[in-house]
Amino acid sequence: MRARVLVRPKQGILDPQGQAVERALPALGFTGVANVHVGRLIELDVEDASQLPAMCERLLSNPLIEDYEIVEDGG
Amino acid sequence: MKFGVVRFPGSCDDVDALEAAQRVGEAVLLWHADRELRGVDAVIIPGGFSYGDYLRAGAIARFAPVMEEVAQFAGEGGLVLGICNGFQVLCEAGLLPGALLPNTSLKFVFRQVELEVVDPATPFTRACGHGERLSIPVKHTTGRYYAPEPVDVVLRYAPGQNPNGSHDEIAGVRNEAGNVFGLMPHPEHAVDALTGSTDGLKIFESMRAHVTDRVAV
Repeated sequence: MRARVLVRPKQGILDPQGQAVERALPALGFTGVANVHVGRLIELDVEDASQLPAMCERLLSNPLIEDYEIVEDGG
Repeated sequence: MKFGVVRFPGSCDDVDALEAAQRVGEAVLLWHADRELRGVDAVIIPGGFSYGDYLRAGAIARFAPVMEEVAQFAGEGGLVLGICNGFQVLCEAGLLPGALLPNTSLKFVFRQVELEVVDPATPFTRACGHGERLSIPVKHTTGRYYAPEPVDVVLRYAPGQNPNGSHDEIAGVRNEAGNVFGLMPHPEHAVDALTGSTDGLKIFESMRAHVTDRVAV
């Protein structure tokens, strides 16, 4: 099973990377952009997808500061 | 008094920590893959980029074999000091509360900062007075301390000195029991007048005094 894990900074925690990108886009002429956040994408093949939440809790994310979302790609 | 300094692949302040500790006692290096602490009285997790800081700073190092021993040692009341990346490792390992986030500036900061001793009653700060100022350098990119719950603060950045946007000006925290302490500034780089300050020695002297007293009792 192919899966993607999306890791994002938790809401309410200052995300200076997102802010920097948000400021950079208008400088290139892209306007109307708001609420930019920068996270992390982890792609993996996994035999037992039921293990994914535990992987996310213990290693792939730090639940104190990050939220994660598991997307199973099937196959 | 014997200190043990853990060396991970990617540690870079291990030798400075070793030499700083040797100014107040005996000190040996501990290897990340070993499951033994060689009978040390205190463990230091040094600064650097353990395992390349892949994924998150400290995220991989916390699973090193030696960290199981460190967790057990801490659980039994042993002194554990985490400096910079070591602080990040201890937070990731759950031995200290909270987490370290990228500096608000997103920039690497490298400068001398003034710290205020908030809690001089810990085994790591007993050589300091309450409110005493310590001049110690910081050098990091991921030093913005964050904790969702109130924590036991030991050191704060003095007013106007916060280099990273750390919550509540927090520079160093301890666990509830008081035997595990982590800080972003580098006391091991402030032990010789040649480099500007010897205030960092007070951390190592405090630890020695604590262990010596305990043995005497």
